[in-house]
Amino acid sequence: MTEKYLLEVKNLKQYFPVRVGTFKTIPLKAVDDVSFAIKPGETLGLVGESGCGKTTVGRSIMRLYEPTGGQVIFDGEEVNKKSIQKLRQGMQMVFQDPYSSLNPRMTVEDIIGEPLDVHKLYENKAERREKILGLMELVGLNAEHASRYAHEFSGGQRQRIGIARALAVNPKFIVCDEPVSALDVSIQAQVVNMFEDLKDKLGVSYLFIAHDLLVVHHISDRIAVMYLGKIVEIADADDLNNDPQHPYTLSLLSAVPIPDPIKARQKQRIVLEGDVPSPLNMPTGCPFRTRCRYATEQCAAECPQLTDRGNGHFVACWNK
Amino acid sequence: MTDYVLQVKDLHTEFTTDNGTVKAVNGVSFNLEKGKVLGIVGESGSGKSVTAYSIMQILAGNGNIASGEVLFKGEDITKFSEAQMASFRGRCCSIIFQDPMTSLNPVYTIGNQLEEAITLHTDKRGKDATARAIEMLELVGVNEPTKRVKQYPHELSGGMRQRVMIAMALACEPDILIADEPTTALDVTIQAQILELMQDLQKKLGMAIIMVTHDLGVIAEMCDEIIVMYGGRVCERGTADEIFYNPCHEYTKGLLRSIPGVHNMKERLIPIAGTPINVLNMPKGCAFCPRCDAAMKVCLTEMPEELLINENHKASCWQNVKKMMMEGGAAND
Repeated sequence: MTEKYLLEVKNLKQYFPVRVGTFKTIPLKAVDDVSFAIKPGETLGLVGESGCGKTTVGRSIMRLYEPTGGQVIFDGEEVNKKSIQKLRQGMQMVFQDPYSSLNPRMTVEDIIGEPLDVHKLYENKAERREKILGLMELVGLNAEHASRYAHEFSGGQRQRIGIARALAVNPKFIVCDEPVSALDVSIQAQVVNMFEDLKDKLGVSYLFIAHDLLVVHHISDRIAVMYLGKIVEIADADDLNNDPQHPYTLSLLSAVPIPDPIKARQKQRIVLEGDVPSPLNMPTGCPFRTRCRYATEQCAAECPQLTDRGNGHFVACWNK
Repeated sequence: MTDYVLQVKDLHTEFTTDNGTVKAVNGVSFNLEKGKVLGIVGESGSGKSVTAYSIMQILAGNGNIASGEVLFKGEDITKFSEAQMASFRGRCCSIIFQDPMTSLNPVYTIGNQLEEAITLHTDKRGKDATARAIEMLELVGVNEPTKRVKQYPHELSGGMRQRVMIAMALACEPDILIADEPTTALDVTIQAQILELMQDLQKKLGMAIIMVTHDLGVIAEMCDEIIVMYGGRVCERGTADEIFYNPCHEYTKGLLRSIPGVHNMKERLIPIAGTPINVLNMPKGCAFCPRCDAAMKVCLTEMPEELLINENHKASCWQNVKKMMMEGGAAND
């Protein structure tokens, strides 16, 4: 069964040491025991509030951080320090901020060409240029843009450059870390459509990290919800939206403002009390219990594991 | 006779830059009724924030109100002296900003900053001012307010800081609260808390709110009336239901089509082509014309007049004129 997954993440842990006092450091558990798998051609959405560790998951998969524990298996091969060089030909990343993720001193041609240089994917200069122009066309940039610098472009166009760069090595899998959050509403749709087109055309899989639930629902096949470093619910995108099980997912979905006045008036918001606890001082047991209205003693004693509720709908909650 | 607390008439705001004069706001007019929530929606560069700052007269040094009137209860505040404005801000009209991280002073305590507003605008001093500060914090749902007044902004979370900002804005019970993207920097669950709080306070205190945002979801949940802005102009205005269910400007239509909602989850989004307008190089006719699918010859050269769609709805789009002429022609036949 394992062969049919493109990417498998098993018990991924990412702790960052934080100094408290002169000699003492304690671990900040940014990602704590996260497991999921992505099939070829599938888009998995990863949602959660800021500080829940969703970006860290993406970066740990790409080995931008050295994980504290756990395994990432890409295309049947374990990702580690040695194999990552080669495996990055198969997986790439698009970053949140199109303003700081492009080198201001490089031309568009060099930015998109750099992955080609690194992985030596061309025979001669003419082939390199041809590939770059092909990629630019793919993401909707003109050939005359090739000799320009990043600052000459708008946010949406810059994000296209970042996507072209990620596509340069012909990857099977792309981690998209909040790729549309920094864009204007009218431009967001252009970029979302492009992601969907590329998926149809090239058959790539995405890990789509974002906090905008409506966008994630639109683009994803399945969605995972994270809270304080743990996945609390993972299910088919429609299933999750129509029948959310975990109390956190429930309140998260009810908090999303719906652009529809009549529905908005009818909607019952489940407003969560208080703030997210500090990840340095996590509650015992279930991380959500301090804000959960169903919390019992069991929740404080032991952390619930993800269990199958049928149809591939996994929930980590004692009460549901 | 409707009771307007604020009337903005043909407001023009300009900024002098090295690259020429930027006309950020270009003839904006609207009326704000007492106790109503008005939403101003638009993308970056549409002039929505500058409109709000012009009302408060807190524009950057190179900006000024070129022409137009802002009437507060019938008085033109653009003619006010700086001293008059100082007492207008806070007492009559308050503003909360997008970023609660940078709009509080990091070297003063929460209590200190709240009391500053209270002592400036009321005759409460010393212990009375502190008591009022604590009362306000309690009103906006800050837990342990007596402890919080002694704390510094960095000790509070983003949601808590935005609550402090709201407490500060409402400390002198203004008639108008301007909220400039009040929840953009916050997480959805915290956003829901703040929106709920603003609705509650609005019912309790009865002030009018101007909600400036790019988030159509927030607008749909909060506002009675909506103004859609593009390129420094109002392109459509009306009640929330009219704007969402009967949009009559091509930009509004495009905007509504381009956001994922409940109805189009399985369909492809229809984006608005092109990029947002360059304010230094404004087109002669309709500002949206270069990105508009339905643009006609007249759109290039002539600015569309605002047309009455029905009593709750106005739009500035040549398409409506065309539609009316065709209907009129058909009726004549």
